[in-house]
Amino acid sequence: MDPVRTIQGRMAPLDRANVDTDQIMPKQFLKRIERSGYGPFLFYDWRQAGGFVLDDPAYREATVLVAGPNFGCGSSREHAAWGLQDAGFRAVIAPSLADIFRANCVKIGLLPVELDEPAVRELLALATRSPDSTVRIDLSAQSVSADGIESRFSIDPFWKECLLNGWDEIALTLRADDAIAAYEARRPDWLPRLA
Amino acid sequence: MPQTLATKVWQRHVVATAAGEPDLLYVDLHLVHEVTSPQAFESLRLAGRRVRRPDLTLATMDHDVPTQGGRAAADPIAQRQMEALEDNCRREGIQLYGMGSARQGIVHIIGPELGLTQPGLFIVCGDSHTSTHGALGAIAFGVGTSEVEHVLATQTMRQRSPKQMALTVDGDLPRGVTAKDVVLGIIARIGVAGGQGHIIEYRGSTIRSLGMAGRMTVCNMSIEAGARAGMIAPDDVTFAYLEGRSFAPTGRAWDEALDDWRRLPTDPDARFDREVRIDAAQLEPYVTWGTNPGQSVPVTGRVPAPTGEGDTRALAYMGLEAGTAIQDIPLDRVFIGSCTNARIEDLRVAAAVLKGKHVHPRVRAMVVPGSASVKAAAEAEGLDAVFRQAGFEWRDAGCSMCLGMNPDILAPGERCASTSNRNFEGRQGRGGRTHLVSPPMAAAAALAGHFVDVREVG
Repeated sequence: MDPVRTIQGRMAPLDRANVDTDQIMPKQFLKRIERSGYGPFLFYDWRQAGGFVLDDPAYREATVLVAGPNFGCGSSREHAAWGLQDAGFRAVIAPSLADIFRANCVKIGLLPVELDEPAVRELLALATRSPDSTVRIDLSAQSVSADGIESRFSIDPFWKECLLNGWDEIALTLRADDAIAAYEARRPDWLPRLA
Repeated sequence: MPQTLATKVWQRHVVATAAGEPDLLYVDLHLVHEVTSPQAFESLRLAGRRVRRPDLTLATMDHDVPTQGGRAAADPIAQRQMEALEDNCRREGIQLYGMGSARQGIVHIIGPELGLTQPGLFIVCGDSHTSTHGALGAIAFGVGTSEVEHVLATQTMRQRSPKQMALTVDGDLPRGVTAKDVVLGIIARIGVAGGQGHIIEYRGSTIRSLGMAGRMTVCNMSIEAGARAGMIAPDDVTFAYLEGRSFAPTGRAWDEALDDWRRLPTDPDARFDREVRIDAAQLEPYVTWGTNPGQSVPVTGRVPAPTGEGDTRALAYMGLEAGTAIQDIPLDRVFIGSCTNARIEDLRVAAAVLKGKHVHPRVRAMVVPGSASVKAAAEAEGLDAVFRQAGFEWRDAGCSMCLGMNPDILAPGERCASTSNRNFEGRQGRGGRTHLVSPPMAAAAALAGHFVDVREVG
């Protein structure tokens, strides 16, 4: 994973609450066995209906998605996060993100930013009013700034370190191999096993 | 200090802790299916890593599988996904109950059914409805594909302890009100994000009075309230359910396990971060009218007036007008199935409503058992004949029309009464309109061609 430090770019405003991962990446695209190439299918059904914000040429270069509360709820499909990243997004800002979706974002280096609702509303208004305005997200400072809007966000300090350093979490865990083996040695015999 | 069920289960899985870091937790059981695993296996292989504990990993096929016509009926992309799972399981020595196996089925149905899901375990699966397994007193998390890869490689997961919510439902369930209505009622009250960041422990006399199937239905939909997991303390109902199942301990091991499991329930005076109480007497059979599982009303109610843009969008998508009586909404399809409501108990209550009757001529109705084993059990009891004679299609096990990743989908504009868990836009097929209900409500609606109050049937 590439390190994530600061992100500066245009915003795309998606002013809807409870956007579920079925909308972000509809199920017909989950049958692929690849990890890349999901960008064209992002919000596929909504785009088919026409007039969708991401199809507005003004937002073509957006790299930060700004959305309503509980974004990414529903299915655990990481394909939703892959699709956003593949379509050029580097961060998602919302008043709240669903738990599994937030974890999926962190794992792939798509920065999840949970801001106070008033700040998100200001960003949505700014992005709607002037699509060419930019937002700057500084992960180290945990700050978001855009055209006079200043806000700070909280993020798990461990995930922050992982993102800032681009760490491979599996490699990190494998350093605890001795602890894992020791734990395995003390598991009761009656626990279920397939073999 | 008094501890909760979740805290006790959590603490026994901590492999390592470090200041400022999430706990490293050991995974007792990793359930794998064809849709969210291929990229995890691929990355694992590219990194030159192997599956650490194939003996604690079980794979099945459920999301993509056709429910009639066998594997040949799957589209080429689904075929490729199933082949990838077979290759990956063969290479890594993972037990796979694929299409055609007597043990195949929806991953959240077969885990408990095989006795693999047990109290006190930490279970992970690349599917959000993994919360189902909490009904037996396990902590069970749905995760994404990167986490699947992490678990394959390390048999652990890094996670901070979530907050805990006590959700107490007390009192006798009114007639016609099922476990599905209990959980729909809960979601309507706390909201689709109400459980965010929490493990919910369902408690109270109503919950304790439910059988295992009902408990699984409740825990299954924890994720629809945004919760990280749902749990119910193991008790004699749990132990009776488990005893004798294929992977349940036997002999002295059973006694040892039982001793351990009896210590799991939340201690008196243990503290929760949040407490919610619901009086069962206030619950009714519910029908969702919108595009998230929190948007429901009692079957005797009307489509509510929109209170915001989200409601307005939902009504437009659903093709409904505020003020319409729920029982005046005509239906095209009925689906009885899914990890929420496709156990033998669900099929029995639906069949009891249908017996000797026939579905409305406009309605196409389908019942999809949750596993090959549920199907066989239903056939042994003659339930398949009841469904067939009533005009239902009797299918093979799979996720089917719950998520429409297989040939079972709604056509645009079709309206369906469904026993599944999500009424999101397009969930059951693009443009399809889903109303979530209990199995007896779905059966009664199939007969009438519109929603009816199951309390007034038969």
